[in-house]
Amino acid sequence: MRTIGLLLCGWLLSAASVQAAIDPSLLKPLASEDSDTKIMAIAALAQAAPEEALPVLKALADNALAVSGERLLIVDGERVFDAASNTEIKPAPAAHETIGINNRVRRELSGALAALRLFSADREVRWQAAQELTLSADAKMLPLLDKALAAETDSEIRARLQLAHAQASLGSTDAGVRHVAVRALGESSDPNVRQLLMPLTEKRGDAWVEPDSAVRAAAGTSIRAIEQRLAWADNLGRAFTGLSLGSILLLAALGLAITYGVMGVINMAHGELLMVGAYSAWAMQSVFRAYLPSALDWYLLAAIPVGFLAAALVGVLMERIVIRHLYGRPLETLLATWGISLFLMQVARTLFGAQNVEVANPVWMAGGIEVLPNLMLPWNRIIIVAFSIAVLAAMWAILNLSRLGMFVRAVTQNRPMAGCVGVPTGRVDTLAFGLGAGIAGLGGVALSQIANVGPDMGQGYIVDSFMVVVLGGVGQLAGAVWAALGLGVFTKFLEGWTGAVVAKIVVLVFIIIFIQKRPQGLFALKGRFVES
Amino acid sequence: MRTPFIVRLGRSFDARSWQMVGLFAAFALVAVPVMHLLLPPENPLYLSTYFITLTGKILCYAIVAVAMDLIWGYGGILSLGHGLFFALGGYAFGMYLMRQIGRDGSYQSDLPDFMVFLDWKELPWFWVGSDSFLWVALLVLVVPALIAFVFGYFAFRSRIRGVYFSIITQALTYAAMLLFFRNETGFGGNNGFTDFKRILGFSITAPETRVVLFGLSALALIGTLLLARYLVTSKFGRVLTAIRDAESRVMFIGYNPLWYKLFVWTLSAMLCAVAGALYVPQVGIINPSEMSVANSIEIAIWVAVGGRGTLLGPVIGAFIVNLAKSWFTVSFPEYWLFFLGTLFIVATLYLPQGVVGLWVRLRAGRRREEATPGVVAKGVEA
Amino acid sequence: MNAVDLLLPESEDNPDWDSGTAELGHILQPGHLDLSHKVILYLEDITVSFDGFRALNKLSLTIDAGELRCIIGPNGAGKTTMMDVITGKTRPDEGTVFFGQTIDLTRLSEPEIAHAGIGRKFQKPTIFENHTVFENLELAMKTDKRVWRSLFAVLDSAAGDRIAETLQLIRLDGQANRLAGLLSHGQKQWLEIGMLLMQEPKLLLLDEPVAGMTDEETERTGELFISLAGRHSLVVVEHDMAFVKQLGGKVTVLHEGSLLAEGTLEEVQADARVIEVYLGR
Repeated sequence: MRTIGLLLCGWLLSAASVQAAIDPSLLKPLASEDSDTKIMAIAALAQAAPEEALPVLKALADNALAVSGERLLIVDGERVFDAASNTEIKPAPAAHETIGINNRVRRELSGALAALRLFSADREVRWQAAQELTLSADAKMLPLLDKALAAETDSEIRARLQLAHAQASLGSTDAGVRHVAVRALGESSDPNVRQLLMPLTEKRGDAWVEPDSAVRAAAGTSIRAIEQRLAWADNLGRAFTGLSLGSILLLAALGLAITYGVMGVINMAHGELLMVGAYSAWAMQSVFRAYLPSALDWYLLAAIPVGFLAAALVGVLMERIVIRHLYGRPLETLLATWGISLFLMQVARTLFGAQNVEVANPVWMAGGIEVLPNLMLPWNRIIIVAFSIAVLAAMWAILNLSRLGMFVRAVTQNRPMAGCVGVPTGRVDTLAFGLGAGIAGLGGVALSQIANVGPDMGQGYIVDSFMVVVLGGVGQLAGAVWAALGLGVFTKFLEGWTGAVVAKIVVLVFIIIFIQKRPQGLFALKGRFVES
Repeated sequence: MRTPFIVRLGRSFDARSWQMVGLFAAFALVAVPVMHLLLPPENPLYLSTYFITLTGKILCYAIVAVAMDLIWGYGGILSLGHGLFFALGGYAFGMYLMRQIGRDGSYQSDLPDFMVFLDWKELPWFWVGSDSFLWVALLVLVVPALIAFVFGYFAFRSRIRGVYFSIITQALTYAAMLLFFRNETGFGGNNGFTDFKRILGFSITAPETRVVLFGLSALALIGTLLLARYLVTSKFGRVLTAIRDAESRVMFIGYNPLWYKLFVWTLSAMLCAVAGALYVPQVGIINPSEMSVANSIEIAIWVAVGGRGTLLGPVIGAFIVNLAKSWFTVSFPEYWLFFLGTLFIVATLYLPQGVVGLWVRLRAGRRREEATPGVVAKGVEA
Repeated sequence: MNAVDLLLPESEDNPDWDSGTAELGHILQPGHLDLSHKVILYLEDITVSFDGFRALNKLSLTIDAGELRCIIGPNGAGKTTMMDVITGKTRPDEGTVFFGQTIDLTRLSEPEIAHAGIGRKFQKPTIFENHTVFENLELAMKTDKRVWRSLFAVLDSAAGDRIAETLQLIRLDGQANRLAGLLSHGQKQWLEIGMLLMQEPKLLLLDEPVAGMTDEETERTGELFISLAGRHSLVVVEHDMAFVKQLGGKVTVLHEGSLLAEGTLEEVQADARVIEVYLGR
């Protein structure tokens, strides 16, 4: 809004010098005491001289229009301009009286101002004005809108203007005009337009709000058309939120896909590795705030490697101290890592306090892309989707192209044989676990942008991420990806119908049933060695 | 002539174990009431209400631990959802306690306060009959059993085992917790049930009531141990441990593991439910957090610390962990999670047979006998 | 009533289970092993594939009642998979498996198949290591194996005698109360064979029963098997040719999931394709 205002001012100033004078007889009724006269005058002025009237009406709206004898003046602080010619008067007349307006006049005025801005040379200003008018146009503005439509070349603005025109026509006394207008409004996908049409299909008391039945029917059709479009946008929005939830699940689950999926280690402290990543983001934010305040917006980029390394380090320590003594005993591993998770939670609580810490979105992640009037894709979610794709690609590359990846695959397929051909199995285990933990750390950095960062945050993701791995099947990256995205989208759509809690329960029950049918997950490995 | 079942049940414990049971029963049923009700508070032998409540609570936990041990220590199935059955038993009995409040609630209504708060006009269908003690006692047993049976049937039938099973049970209790958090579910939402006034017409806070509840918990624990001892020494128990050690072999000699697992799983769930029902009147509250994932995993650590595959171990483990918990949370609340976390790690890394196993090993070492693996698990049952 | 009864193929509307074999006046008894044609096991066109790899490829095989059959073949020939199919561990993608004339094994679960009278010994001895030798035999003993029975089961003296007999037969009579996990490898093999015998199966499937045994133990095992043949049918998978020779029965050679040759040991050893498979390439 502020930018628009600045643009407008700039345009006004540049326009001021080239303007022709306005006929003073048009201006004079503005100073009248009578509101009706004023309103008539505003309309007349706007029609007669659309471009020149703008500064005058603006001054009127800002309580900066004054009258001094026969002359109307625009007062700008110390300086005073003649309203008719828009030239500065020097010296300023000693006495002048500000013209007051009441709310009724103000309403008219703002509509007229918006209409006038339709004639601006600046596309942005016209676009803004057309948008404002879409909701406030009335029949009095029709001639003006006709004029603007005739002049307008930009197709987007034209579409808006046509909507505004249709809306203004709704107030027409001619049923034919209203009919055309109602049908034109059906082209919109704006929930506000739907609101506007709704009364036409309703009764007030015994009488229909809209007396003409054909117009009523058309209104009904238009409403349905709009609703369809709205529902579509809604679904699109849900699909996108689902996708972004899925990509968060994916980030949380990718680390598990390595530690559990590939190495077979049940790591109940996985959620706490996410927490480590999230706290790293917070720590980098604090560091930047203290030492590099000018680059504060870029703390997140620094947090990515830091989060990875911090979580990987914790993971390596876990593996070295505890998990390596428990290979082949999955149930004990589960309990021991649960112990680690309690330990890490308390560490976070002791170091950073039991309260959530505040991690701010960098400015470049604020806002979003408006795809449709009721569908906005926030940048932070878009970036997280992109980030998870990047992490996925990197992980795929590491597992399939690097030497470490080859070793990991060798060790998981046949540990003794891998050892025999010289793969340092112990070190591979540690590194692979560190890698899985590091990826969890990356997930945590991403999470810090959309979720609360606190000591308990990890607990909320552990069930979900295990569900992803269970659903996707052990040892399968592709399975994890599809399961995460599927679960994300499925959950969001369910939430639309049933609310968040029931959706979650339904998803859990669904997974439990799914496991009945395919105990090995979506992408099952088959064969002789699977069961052993 | 076959030996009557009751005699065989009695023979599950040897003479020395019966002596211990007798001693324990005498303490719980005679000494505790005397020391709590008859002695003046100044007397050094006086048992405080705190002691009774805490110990009574832990007795209930011990039942859960033994139930968990049956399924995990003997059956090899680690359930991370046993908190659910405990809580279901508690909720079922809590319904009765809520109805016993009568019109003494804050809204002076026949309905429980939370229903008035939700603007409900009548009891939901699943509350029908909840004012009857017998009906509720039936619910305590049947509802968890039914849920365990249905869930277990599908899980075991599709051969879900090991870690998969653990994770699925975890999801089960998590889902249930979310469900019970909702107000609309009809169990008091976040707050659950609390502010109980009476049980069978007796004041729930009266010292006599507490002592009776304590005694009942002790009896329930003895009953659980006796039943468990009978089970694990019967042929059923041998099949169960055989399934734990070599399931495919068991199948190929003609046993269907499904029914064996299902039986012990359902029984274990019912024992938990009974413990939950005894627990709720003693602590005076039940809410959905009892179903949290963390609670269920904690049950496993009681068993692991005490010694799984033994029957006394879980009881000892439940006492060690919970006494430590109440001491820590009073004296050093910030260190409790450090302690518990370390306990998980130490128990799994260094105490595969728990403290019972450690004790047996130490004694065996002193006797300079060659400790043989497996003997540990066998020698100390009950 | 035992569980097998409930899951048998319906006798009327199953076209392929008795076509061409039924005699007039032949009475069907569900769950009863029908050996009227002196054949205890039919495998027909069995195909099993794992992710495109065909472990068994249209394998057909019949075992006569009371026969002692040896199955040999190089690694990966499908010997173990064949046993998995017979015992219900693996379901064939195609083909039929009949136990006697009437029992369709592809429709039964592992415990039901065990009940029907098929015992299996694994390649690696699988016994209950935390149970005593005695308990291992007790668990395997032919009896009602449903939960309720096990809960109240009491060992009667007849059963005790049977266990004692078997203990003697497998020469573990001094070890009855020892934990099975503490036995030597050869003793474990014997214990597993003993467990098989306790089941009183009609058909025994033995996967490399003498692996890890001393020569003397092997010799004795051979004698045991020969003495069992006739009353029981035995299928022995073995690599040890001396042992196969000792057993002396018919030999079947599997290769790449199919039947390559069948006959006496001398016959198959003279078969050019068999030599090619074992020595060629």
